[in-house]
Amino acid sequence: MSVDLATVKRVARLARIAVSQEEAEKMQGELNTILGFVEQLDEVDVSGVEPMTSVVSMEMKKREDVVNDGNKAADIVANAPLTEDNFFMVPKVVE
Amino acid sequence: MTDLTKLTIAEAREKMAAKEFTSAELTDAYLTAIDGANGALNAYVTVTHDKARAMAKASDERRARGDAGALEGIPMGIKDLFGTRDVHTQACSHVLDGFKPKYESTVTQNLWNDGAVMLGKLNMDEFAMGSSNETSYYGPVVNPWRAKGSNKDLVPGGSSGGSAAAVAARLCAGATATDTGGSIRQPAALTGTVGIKPTYGRCSRWGIVAFASSLDQAGPIARDVRDAAILLQSMASVDDKDTTSVPLPEAHYEAAIGKSVKGMKIGIPAEYRMDGMPEEIEALWQQGIDWYRAAGAEIVDISLPHTKYALPAYYIVAPAEASSNLARYDGVRYGLRVDGRDIVEMYENTRAAGFGAEVKRRVMIGTYVLSAGYYDAYYLKAQKVRTLIKKDFEDAFAQGVDAILTPATPSAAFGIADQEMNADPVKMYLNDIFTVTVNMAGLPGIAVPAGTDHQGLPLGLQLIGKPFEEETLFQAAHVIEDAAGRFEPEKWW
Repeated sequence: MSVDLATVKRVARLARIAVSQEEAEKMQGELNTILGFVEQLDEVDVSGVEPMTSVVSMEMKKREDVVNDGNKAADIVANAPLTEDNFFMVPKVVE
Repeated sequence: MTDLTKLTIAEAREKMAAKEFTSAELTDAYLTAIDGANGALNAYVTVTHDKARAMAKASDERRARGDAGALEGIPMGIKDLFGTRDVHTQACSHVLDGFKPKYESTVTQNLWNDGAVMLGKLNMDEFAMGSSNETSYYGPVVNPWRAKGSNKDLVPGGSSGGSAAAVAARLCAGATATDTGGSIRQPAALTGTVGIKPTYGRCSRWGIVAFASSLDQAGPIARDVRDAAILLQSMASVDDKDTTSVPLPEAHYEAAIGKSVKGMKIGIPAEYRMDGMPEEIEALWQQGIDWYRAAGAEIVDISLPHTKYALPAYYIVAPAEASSNLARYDGVRYGLRVDGRDIVEMYENTRAAGFGAEVKRRVMIGTYVLSAGYYDAYYLKAQKVRTLIKKDFEDAFAQGVDAILTPATPSAAFGIADQEMNADPVKMYLNDIFTVTVNMAGLPGIAVPAGTDHQGLPLGLQLIGKPFEEETLFQAAHVIEDAAGRFEPEKWW
């Protein structure tokens, strides 16, 4: 399976990465090289094989449903580029 | 005083206990070495001089009180992927510009609880994506090793290139590292150091910047097998903050070193004998086999039929998980923000400016293979292939094999800005051909220096073990170390 330029641009849009025409063209070649490489997997018969979900079978750990952390709003926003009163600030999204 | 940076962790531990010198003196010796070398090697992206001295002083006070921990006063380098409170933590990416977390990763906290001292943060491939440490926003790390008679700069491998170079050049006593497809073992092999990727679930992933969550594991890079065992002992723990941390009783890694391997079964997988494998890699492998035979181990030919599919499956699973993990870098909560006309353009501009070429490539591949209609054909299929790869290993272990011996890398260190590797991303990916199967199956693997190539550059062998049997790996790796000796670069920097 190989990807065309329109697909590269659509995927870049999905990935939220701005790409120029030139970058998209370069990426198209690289992505097709990688997709060509992974195509080898078509040779493998996986009928009846379960996907791997864990290294050792263990029941997923569950913690007690209690509040054990929190009250650190200032810490949470400490690294944000723009904040106000412990809120993250973003460009206007609702008109 | 002799050069304190020459001592292994085990030696420094003993001499500090005997009051021959203090952690403050040892730490100063390392800081001086770093200040003299980092301009040439670029192993550290930040050196925490003041914090290191304060931690060393506190360590000496604890020791004076008779309160010394297992790593008391030992100066460590920390890969930039580990969250360290109020200290530079950027996974060597521009997108995390200025990020200083308000928390400490479980693994580093374990080290500090045992008395270790932090020297600074180590260079790495951006978000641990790379095999040469050239994708770092902070520029490539230079391998302290050079080919005989050459002054050409070589890569230290990656992604833990800063960790491996710093250990080899004696810019820290030991280093933390992480391994998603070979990022501990490949750089260890290329720098003549020892690196172990423990079983998935042995070290907590909490507080480590995520790349591919089902593959990522932390582990140490060290000067020798004993130091690697000492460090893993401290780094590993059972952690409620990581749901994949496996609750097993504590192992005793150092105690395994020096135990005889007589009667141990060492598996030799036919599928690792790749077409076009350099003769010296083949010879090194044979040398390893001979050492085990001489030590009384039994050599068993085994087959791991799905080996060749591990790397292609990895290049679906790892990018898919990365594209999901890296979605959080949106210019809102941390790091870089590049404004746009609206919020979507702000996201797109931030990520375009913040991610380097290799990270973009992988996020794009991951987004594509997870996009509508492709999930079954790519990700689900790759996870099924993973089951087959794991089963290959289980079958070998069921035959009574205790550990599997393979080469660690297909070649010695190569040049910085290698033209062939830069032209074709898959060529670079092939560096991990011997290591990536281990991540796919979640098994433990250790790389040990075993010899040099025709240019005098170090080469490593890899041992692969059963889940949670790292002790067997330390026991067996010591045989190679004993026979091959230590490998130290000549100082030119």
